[in-house]
Amino acid sequence: MTKNLRVKSSKLVDETYRISFKFNGTTYYGFKGDTLASALLANNIHLVGRSFKYHRPRGIMTAGSEEPNAIVQLHNGTSRTEPNVRATEIEIYEGLVATSQNCWPSVKFDIGGINNFLSPLLPAGFYYKTFMWPASFWEKYEYFIRKSAGLGKSPDVPDPDIYEHKYIHCDVLVIGAGISGLIAAKTAAKSGFKTLLVEEKSYLGGSTIYQDSEFFKINNQNSASWLEKEINEVKKIENLEIKTRTSVAAFHGYNFLLARENLTDHLPLEQRENKTRQRLLKIRAKKVITATGSIERPLIFDNNDRPGILLSSAIKKYADLFGVACGEKNILFTNNDSVYETAISLIQKGIKVQAIIDNREEIDSKLIKETEKNNIKIYKGYTIVDTFGYKRINSVSIMKLSKDGQKVIGSKENISCDSLGISGGWTPAVHLFTQSGGKLKFRDDDQVFIPNTYPSNQISIGSCNGDFTLDEILINTPKLLKEFLNIKKTEYENIEIYSAFNKSKRNIWLLPSNKIVGKTKSFVDFQNDATAKDIKLALREGFRSIEHVKRYTTTGMGTDQGKLGNMHALGIISETASSKMGELGTTTFRPPYTPLTFGTIVGRNVGKYFDIIRKTPIHEWHVENKAEFENVGQWKRAWYYPQNGENMHEAVQRESKAARDSAGILDASTLGKIDIQGTDASEFLNRVYTNAWSKLEIGKCRYGLMLNEDGMVYDDGVTTRLDENHYIMTTTTGGAATVLGKLEDYLQTEWPELDVYLTSVTDHYATISVCGPNSKKIIQKVIPEIDLSDKDFPHMSFKNSKIGKVKCRVMRISFTGEQSYEINIQANYAKSVWENCMEAGKEFNITPYGTETMHLLRAEKGFIIAGQDTDATMTPIDLQMDWIVSKKKFDFIGKRSLYRSDTIREDRKQLVGLITDNPEEILEEGAQIVADMNKKPIEMLGHVTSSYFSPNLKKSIALGVVKGGKNMMGQKLIIPMEKKQINVTVTDPVFLDKENKRLNA
Amino acid sequence: MFLINCPFCGEREQSEFKAGGEAHIVRPKQPTELSDDQWAEYLFMRKNIKGIQFERWNHIHGCRKWFNMVRDTSNDEIKAVYKMGEKPPVK
Ligand SMILES: [Zn+2]
Repeated sequence: MTKNLRVKSSKLVDETYRISFKFNGTTYYGFKGDTLASALLANNIHLVGRSFKYHRPRGIMTAGSEEPNAIVQLHNGTSRTEPNVRATEIEIYEGLVATSQNCWPSVKFDIGGINNFLSPLLPAGFYYKTFMWPASFWEKYEYFIRKSAGLGKSPDVPDPDIYEHKYIHCDVLVIGAGISGLIAAKTAAKSGFKTLLVEEKSYLGGSTIYQDSEFFKINNQNSASWLEKEINEVKKIENLEIKTRTSVAAFHGYNFLLARENLTDHLPLEQRENKTRQRLLKIRAKKVITATGSIERPLIFDNNDRPGILLSSAIKKYADLFGVACGEKNILFTNNDSVYETAISLIQKGIKVQAIIDNREEIDSKLIKETEKNNIKIYKGYTIVDTFGYKRINSVSIMKLSKDGQKVIGSKENISCDSLGISGGWTPAVHLFTQSGGKLKFRDDDQVFIPNTYPSNQISIGSCNGDFTLDEILINTPKLLKEFLNIKKTEYENIEIYSAFNKSKRNIWLLPSNKIVGKTKSFVDFQNDATAKDIKLALREGFRSIEHVKRYTTTGMGTDQGKLGNMHALGIISETASSKMGELGTTTFRPPYTPLTFGTIVGRNVGKYFDIIRKTPIHEWHVENKAEFENVGQWKRAWYYPQNGENMHEAVQRESKAARDSAGILDASTLGKIDIQGTDASEFLNRVYTNAWSKLEIGKCRYGLMLNEDGMVYDDGVTTRLDENHYIMTTTTGGAATVLGKLEDYLQTEWPELDVYLTSVTDHYATISVCGPNSKKIIQKVIPEIDLSDKDFPHMSFKNSKIGKVKCRVMRISFTGEQSYEINIQANYAKSVWENCMEAGKEFNITPYGTETMHLLRAEKGFIIAGQDTDATMTPIDLQMDWIVSKKKFDFIGKRSLYRSDTIREDRKQLVGLITDNPEEILEEGAQIVADMNKKPIEMLGHVTSSYFSPNLKKSIALGVVKGGKNMMGQKLIIPMEKKQINVTVTDPVFLDKENKRLNA
Repeated sequence: MFLINCPFCGEREQSEFKAGGEAHIVRPKQPTELSDDQWAEYLFMRKNIKGIQFERWNHIHGCRKWFNMVRDTSNDEIKAVYKMGEKPPVK
């Protein structure tokens, strides 16, 4: 089984450096410089996976990032495991462990292979057709689909590697270091541009670096030798940075590009510790030169997917670059001159070429003549009609093509082989160009799409621009560069070029067969198992748009985005539908060009660096006192303070009771605080709040509701008049940033004439709220100089004061319904003031409470929380807060919307209280509310927005929104739960102290 | 990703900005005089043009100033930026 197919010392691998690796459990050897694919091929292994739908055996098909089949899982079951890695891209290292994907139980015996024989039952759109009906069967389908299909396994433990992001700014970015990219980078850098050259492979020079024959010469040297000297010069240029193993993933507008730089993936695992694995480069370039090359096209014929069938250019590359023969009896199949380059390379290395099948009739080509000299049989005007061999190709059948290329004629001939190289010509790699918004044009001569209009300061050069041959590249590239870089001269003006390549091509998108299309398996998309038959079926079923055909047949929808077969799909559609290629349009290529790891995308933003964490200045005290925390936006807020093993419910019941019976203390520092100053401050507040502000006295506080222009409640809070032209506004914790933004928006755009200045002071002041019947005594101890008498300092008023030498603001405002004082103090003094309060309150059993108790206490009073009891559909009227909407004010934000035909409907959802028949039963927040369970469909009247067990009222209380709830006081409603129904009565939303006696006690 | 030329700060990355919808929609001076339809026109109706579009942008992670932009939505070309209250420099 294992054979050594190394032929000769090669350009890239170091045969003195042997590396062992495991593939599907067996140990193999390769050399430093090998890719996993080249090392497997050297061990005579072609079968590496199974196809997605039919589970057909599949082999390595390419030698690059366009690979559809040879996709493996690395280090399965470890923290470094990675699925969907292309064997053609990963460089081997000591200890590499790879396994096949998409086969179960093994690549050689695969249960899903039965799909191959069931394939008449799995036509285009089979997912849509088969698995849609009956819907209840989906669970069963899913089990089998997931088990037998799917591409790889995601890791289930944290990724140990380090990733990072880096910004790069440059004058010129060159993508691709093939011959044209190198010429461009050298020219740009030498002309004084700060240049970055990125190349996805580990080496420079592209395919020219191994184009080592007398048929391709530059200045009388073999093109490979000429390019080697260029590379040596390029490496010495100072303002040119070169990054290999760096793949551009996305080309966005305004020359913003994302690239992944691979730093350690080629190193043995033990050498990767503490190194950055991959870097996401965020590149902003003044000019971009795309030199991404081209991808060889396969040919579409029956059974064109067997292991052992490769692109002809891949066979050449494995021989030239890695010294590996893909087979010992090679057949090459083509519609153009490319395979003769491969044949000559193979002959040079003593690898046998059995035969060449060329779609073209007589062609005058130097390469063909050279090939013929070596007694290789060339079948001109022939095509392959079938291939044989289950796990490896063993022979092909060929037939003569008719003059028009539409059918096959004559008799079949069989030729044996163990490898087949195919070439359907070349497709410019325009993926990045189109991502950037570039528009393509179709070139009829050789049936390719090439760049037409550029959306930003960029050009495409070389074969991605349709210049395929050495002479075209060397003549056109310098011309394009001169214009693009605005320079007079390049080094490449009087260069001598010799290229033996004849550009003639006989393009047939779907090769004819002696069978009808329905009986063939001619694969167009190898990864997704889409065949020519599927595409024709989609057209018969009425699909016309390329984007629809693509989705219906799944052509081009795999991880390779159909880099090989998309053109053929288009070709077959245009032929079948008798439309013109150029008019069909192309499918859209989307970023990333090749898949990115999640690690690269998130960079260092993992674990505790995932998001910003905001802490109040009193945070450490909460931690020391064992608070549980709740995330409110980016804030960490003390949620409750469990004592002696209490659970949340027990802690909250204790805290709530203490706050009403004696004293509670809350860290309210997270509330948004906006300092408002200016001669028009009062007028401004009049316009942004629903109630009137002009007459608020200095030293008084007022609660306000802020609406959106559509009349819906947006935020609320208390604002205090500190001075004639000076207010301090508080907002909800979550709304702080957006409220400031909204106010700035109105000031800058609608009312620029107002003299108002806004400053966010949320972080500058801490807020300590002490509430309860004993709060006054505690505050008096903490601030002895202040007069707290009800007469001098009533509810909803404010005083400037001092604690020691430190200035503070004291507001008598309440969110609990208890008598309550808030101390606002410069943040760095907050913790000590808090501790003063705790000390002073000791004799009154002052109890720190968290957000959960705060929510419970305000719910007892029927105070809303904007964002919990409201969503973007509640007006103040819906909230039964008509009292806060000024009737007199001429205008305020949202006023006009309060009497639109929709907002004045009586049957809108309105906020009500809900009391359960069983006082012990606590409703679930979010639960639906209905009236009649018998009338189907059951009408949903609303839902529960807040629900608690009140220790002060000794019963369950809830707030909810109910259609027409305002007029349903006393009515019975039902909360249907999974296993029971809960009966409730609609009440007023204020459950406790309707007369506000406690506030003024 | 755009490079946006803030009229107050100069060229900055798009990530520093927030888009704010269609520009040159003036809040009615006397909303109470408007019919439901007229108010709805102001409140809800926005253009979504393929081609030249006038937009509001805010340099939210910079100077926090609002300004206007003329952008061709078919190719994302920014034709002009100008301050609030100024007339669009292109049509
Ligand atoms: Zn700015």
